[in-house]
Amino acid sequence: MSDSSDTEKAVAAHAGSGKDDSMEKQKAMTADHFRALTRAREEGKKVVYTFVPGNLTELMHAFDVLPVYPEINALQSAMRQRSAQFIGEAERSGHSEDVCTYVKCDLGMIKNGNIGPTGEKLPPPDLLLLSYTGCFTFMKWFELLRQEYDCPVVMLHTPYQSEGRVTDNMRQYMVDQLRNEVIPAFERLTGKTYDEDRLRECLRKSARAEDDMVAVLESAKHRPSPIDAYFGGVYYIGPMFTAFRGTDAAVDYYSTLRREIDARVAQGLGPITPEGEMGPERYRLVVEGPPNWTSFREFWRMFAEEGAVVVASSYTKVGGVYDLGFRHDPEHPLETLADYCLGCYTNRSLPQRIDLLEQYMNDYSADGLLINSVKSCNSFSAGQLLILRQIEARTGLAGGFIETDLVDPRYFSAANVKNRIESYLQMIDQKRQQRRQSLGGSGGSPPPPGSTPLFSPGAEGQP
Amino acid sequence: MSTSESEVKVIVERCEALYHDVDLQAVVDWKARTGRAAIGFLPIYVPREIIDAAGMLPVGMRGGGDQIEIIRGDAYFQSYICQIPRSTIELGLTGRLDALDGVLFPSICDVIRNLSGMWQLLFPEKYARYLDVPQNFDSAVGGVFYRRELEGLRDDLEKLGGRPIDADALRASIVRYNANRQALERLMTLRREAPWTAPADESYLVIRAGDLLPVDEHTQLIDDYVAAAQRAHAEGARPMRDRTPVVISGAFCEQPPLPLIRTLERAGCYVVWDDMTLGARWLTADVSTEGDPLLALSEAFLHHSTPTASVYEPGAHKGQPLCDQVRRCGAEGVIFAAPSFCDPALLDQPMLQRALDRAGIPWTAFKYAENLGQFQVIREQAGTFADSIRLWSEQGTEQASEQRSERRHEQGKALESSRGNGERPGATSEQGSDHA
Ligand code: SF4
Ligand code: SF4
Repeated sequence: MSDSSDTEKAVAAHAGSGKDDSMEKQKAMTADHFRALTRAREEGKKVVYTFVPGNLTELMHAFDVLPVYPEINALQSAMRQRSAQFIGEAERSGHSEDVCTYVKCDLGMIKNGNIGPTGEKLPPPDLLLLSYTGCFTFMKWFELLRQEYDCPVVMLHTPYQSEGRVTDNMRQYMVDQLRNEVIPAFERLTGKTYDEDRLRECLRKSARAEDDMVAVLESAKHRPSPIDAYFGGVYYIGPMFTAFRGTDAAVDYYSTLRREIDARVAQGLGPITPEGEMGPERYRLVVEGPPNWTSFREFWRMFAEEGAVVVASSYTKVGGVYDLGFRHDPEHPLETLADYCLGCYTNRSLPQRIDLLEQYMNDYSADGLLINSVKSCNSFSAGQLLILRQIEARTGLAGGFIETDLVDPRYFSAANVKNRIESYLQMIDQKRQQRRQSLGGSGGSPPPPGSTPLFSPGAEGQP
Repeated sequence: MSTSESEVKVIVERCEALYHDVDLQAVVDWKARTGRAAIGFLPIYVPREIIDAAGMLPVGMRGGGDQIEIIRGDAYFQSYICQIPRSTIELGLTGRLDALDGVLFPSICDVIRNLSGMWQLLFPEKYARYLDVPQNFDSAVGGVFYRRELEGLRDDLEKLGGRPIDADALRASIVRYNANRQALERLMTLRREAPWTAPADESYLVIRAGDLLPVDEHTQLIDDYVAAAQRAHAEGARPMRDRTPVVISGAFCEQPPLPLIRTLERAGCYVVWDDMTLGARWLTADVSTEGDPLLALSEAFLHHSTPTASVYEPGAHKGQPLCDQVRRCGAEGVIFAAPSFCDPALLDQPMLQRALDRAGIPWTAFKYAENLGQFQVIREQAGTFADSIRLWSEQGTEQASEQRSERRHEQGKALESSRGNGERPGATSEQGSDHA
């Protein structure tokens, strides 16, 4: 999830770390991966396209194949300001303006030579691994890609956690699919036999990196939070959610990142933003929904300028909800892959999502929940207005709602979004004032947030 | 009017009254009569046999159509989400679904999926279950999973109804629904072979009546309708007209309003097949009455489902079933009618259109919302489409028929390119953001 933007450089400047810092490592990992993809043909490596939620990275490593994530291509196209053109081309060739823009951006990118973020052509897939987890569009996306490429597709259907739990039947169904469909497809593709020990080894590394990643995300419980868990968070989850889970590189990346963040906590520092160190932390927010990628930096700035830091986000859980305790378990390799897929955020029922957001509001001493509702994504968006009401009712804290899109710049109206964010933050101020009054305060203007623990909502929960 | 034509009229009027029964009065009456429970279900497909075997009434829920004003439902959904979830919520919040003792949310798309969770929160006192269906069609994998899901549903309904549902009861329900499907097939055959005898709006109403009627009553109603319509035709009513036989695709969930269906036929089409009431006709073969009935239902789903957007297409034959359907029912074109913002239908469409282009079958496309109120643009679009196909048909010779298939192809392309220019040949939906 890294690109060569200023944003990345800013995030790279963690804790004054030098060249060996986590972001440098992430950049190097990403560059290596894309280099490997470019050389895949000549080196006889097989390429598998798949999706982020419910990805089987460890299994892919065990078979020595290289993954490509079309969602990541789409968001990177957006960050490079190419998505408008790609989407336009897809719509002109018959794709509805109503449907997910990730798909259209990807199809447009393919029509334009499938050039990846490093400026080199991505190899076509040898296999489409349809990890159908948490999103209906995935199924159609790969049915569409199948028409572009002459390669097999293997479906891995993840049942939905509609009752708020994983049943034995769901898990068994997934294991059966892995055993009877997915693994044989990889064996046919690579000519290799499934090596469970190799898979276990990868899973062991995953779990180590997952521990560190959770520590990084949970560092936001500190005040001030040393990280922004949404805008910065998308960088932190990058290696874990894509090609690197289960590798030594990822283990190293997350331990480095954790050290850097620990150092920031020790120094009482807040997050680094694209504009440098963020000023005093004035608002602590939980954000639900994916970010906008076309104006990512501008979007972030709108928060940072106001001293609003995102302390927890649901988007950083789309590729796995690790902070509730799940870790890949090498002792039960296929079952753990099943549980991983089943547990991804968008595969959770709406009540579960609300419970999780409420927990974040409490655990992270947040001032409110802000929903960024993206037009593209029914999986995230359908039901978000009820989520908002429920969280407001349960916590008594302010809820805010903005509407943008992931990669279609037509749906990012900067002035409108900025206005909404500002009014939302004012609402938080009002709530604070009301709260102070109800606690017997003297009224008047709110104190500089963060300066008076008593009046800083959620101070009680401060770690 | 001939006697038979009057009979048809009486049947259709009854069905139309059921169509307008958004307060579910028919269900309220049934419950009062029988003292039993009713279970609603959203599109597309649920195995109603299990509900029936529980002694309960399966009730098809299809949103509010053009018949209710949305006041509270809009507060639950963003503008870019289709209409049916908001009207369903509206119906629920205004008490019009109170007759239902539970609701099933079949796996069709992320909107219905998330609606299942909203339902759990908004109506905690009512039974709500999301019904996952397998996207793996191997009996030993997806079949095992699905059978267990069906077992879960059966267990829930046993609890709800306070009585066991044994295999014999399930088998008896399978027999009833097999009979219903056979009657529906007779109606569909009539539409295919003599669409002037069973017009699209009437057929639609007759099939939709099954949303509220007990299955045997519905089966009888279908047969009565078919017999009366055939007699009426024999008596000189319902003459054959020069219209273009078409198939409608994409309307499997949120329904087009009845006037829209009438508009299409008035514009010069005969709708000889459609996916508007697909749930009732989902299974293309009888469900086995031998052995384990849940296994039989599971096998039927795996191996005899009508291909549609919500189900994965494992082979590389996307669109072929639609082409086959067009040929089977003698249609000469396809009208893609999809609800605005319907991911399944709209993501599927380009793939289906590609297959039609390859097969030389012309198509046109528009979007609608269930509460659409203006039909002029659609009427013009459908009229132009039907006329152009008829014009080519009239050329008659072999050479002309070759040209015809070529021109069909070109028409598809022309529509595509006019879409590319942002022009709208003919119609668009009320949303005004439509493609050709
Ligand atoms: S609908 Fe949502 S989850 Fe699915 S591909 Fe689009 S953005 Fe991703
Ligand atoms: S109309 Fe389409 S998007 Fe809307 S609920 Fe139905 S299937 Fe889903």
